[in-house]
Amino acid sequence: MLTFILKRLGLALLVALTVSFISFSLLFLSGDPAAALAGETASGEDVEALRRLYGFDRPMLVQYAEWLFSALRGDFGESYYFKLPVASLIAERLQVTMTLGLCGILFALVTAVPLGVIAAIRPNSIIDRVALFLSVAGQAMPSFWFGLILIVVFAIQLGWLPPSGAATWRHFIMPTIVLGYYAMPAIMRLTRAGMLDVLNSDFIRTARAKGAGETRVLFKHALRNAIIPVVSLAAVQMGFMLGGSIVVESVFALHGAGYLAWESIARNDLPTVQALILVFSMFYIVFTFLADVLNAWLDPRMRSA
Amino acid sequence: MTKSLLSVKNLTLDIPTGSGTLHAVRGIDFDLKRGETLSIVGESGSGKSLTSLAVMALLGKSIKRSADEIRFDDVDLLSANKRVMRDLRGNRMAMIFQEPMTSLNPAYTIGDQLMEALLLHRKVSRSEARARAVELLEKVGITAAESRLSQYPHQLSGGLRQRVMIAMSLMCEPDLLIADEPTTALDVTIQAQILRLLVDLTREMNMAMILITHDLGVVARVADKVAVMYAGELVETGPATEVFAAPSHPYTRGLLRCIPQPGKTARGAPLGTIAGIVPSLVGEVTGCAFRTRCPHAKAACREQIPMRGDPSHEFRCVFADGALSEEGEVA
Repeated sequence: MLTFILKRLGLALLVALTVSFISFSLLFLSGDPAAALAGETASGEDVEALRRLYGFDRPMLVQYAEWLFSALRGDFGESYYFKLPVASLIAERLQVTMTLGLCGILFALVTAVPLGVIAAIRPNSIIDRVALFLSVAGQAMPSFWFGLILIVVFAIQLGWLPPSGAATWRHFIMPTIVLGYYAMPAIMRLTRAGMLDVLNSDFIRTARAKGAGETRVLFKHALRNAIIPVVSLAAVQMGFMLGGSIVVESVFALHGAGYLAWESIARNDLPTVQALILVFSMFYIVFTFLADVLNAWLDPRMRSA
Repeated sequence: MTKSLLSVKNLTLDIPTGSGTLHAVRGIDFDLKRGETLSIVGESGSGKSLTSLAVMALLGKSIKRSADEIRFDDVDLLSANKRVMRDLRGNRMAMIFQEPMTSLNPAYTIGDQLMEALLLHRKVSRSEARARAVELLEKVGITAAESRLSQYPHQLSGGLRQRVMIAMSLMCEPDLLIADEPTTALDVTIQAQILRLLVDLTREMNMAMILITHDLGVVARVADKVAVMYAGELVETGPATEVFAAPSHPYTRGLLRCIPQPGKTARGAPLGTIAGIVPSLVGEVTGCAFRTRCPHAKAACREQIPMRGDPSHEFRCVFADGALSEEGEVA
């Protein structure tokens, strides 16, 4: 198990390094950064001056190495637009995004997994039908529309919840539901399919033949095997939620990292975009790594992989 | 005459399907005494596995079970609730399955799975359960038993896994062991070992065993009694030696012709086959189910046919001698 973790960790670091290089070089593919920075009306000399000032005239690899070592120390440079250190800018915005993302995935898991399990135990029952309806509706409704509906009903008509902002925990209820509901259908369907599959397997019959009770059969013998693909899916969705809930953040005016990314791209704020891409990628890498470790713990056959 | 350990009378299993009810098992009777081995023989789909699952009450929810009697020792299994069945399963009656590769949970160690039944049914500590697991692994011929406990199923070969399954079924010293084609998925060399092991263990522990198989060679070696099933019905039952020496039902004789017998089957002579296929059991099934494949079938075969012969060796055929006289010149 320990060698497995170390191997995966090494792999994760390699991926992280590759991603950092790609995210850095992408910005050079998008055009001349100095020209973009100087604006359309700048003269050639001004662009040259900016190029020297920001060091764009040096070889790319040198720039990359410098950027990477600063990044490792937590220094992502200064935002061209906000004129603030990128690191503190992102850290501040990430608080909102991480709160939302964690609540969202938690909401999705807490609703989807039990619903999927019940649906699998009683296929074609009322609960199964309701679960199917919920997942189809969740997949079909655009997040922005569902968010607006919630605002109209619960904030404007009923006045129970604040429509926007991030001041208190009550501000996070509706965004959590919208974001979580987006991730729920896939998790639920996968849990249901996995449970149905596992409940028909021979080792479940063996457990019953041993005299194990239904609860024990379901939770000890079946769920552990059925949840493995769900873990991998949830990890990817979690990475997605922590990086890209731009729609939900916009609808509920939560100024999180997703919103910052959108702003920075629109304003050609290169250091911020670079740093955000790196941070978002790191989320994916970290969660994939954690999912691999969790899965290896759940299923011993994966430990040798 | 000692009291039987397991007694099944008129067991019937119906499976509702889209095109009507499938009469998978129709009126099976058998009984079994302590220490006895009953072999249920029949081809795929004859209902032999369903019969054993019905005794354990492990059938799928859609299958309807009815019977005049299913009694295990002093427990009436027909009226037994889930709780009672759970207390019996893995404790006084245990089961071994056909597929050793998939019958163990991939997520838990051999040790955990071995100890589970004992911990469920007996008030023992984990270390006591562990000691028992090691003892049984050694008994089923697994070397380095202690270290096997921490291994996972995927680290063991098929033969080893089936040995683990056997050890697992014996944890609580059951009175009845049901082995559903325990050797079918294994190499021929391993098959003989596992069979030998099962026979030795049933003798040693004075267990009754139901051995389900389609391999008549296996039956001949280990069974005290044989029940031959065809299309959900018993066609012949009796002491193994008698059934093999004097098979009375045309189907049993057909089955026996399918296996080479040393001394009887001439070298190079073609082995027998039974032409035709098993009839559909969906809808009303009447008369002898084997008549569509039987060389001696006549009009009377369409009627309901009772078992005949003496009580220890019965068969279900309209011919008093199972049409043996007609077959004389053929065989």
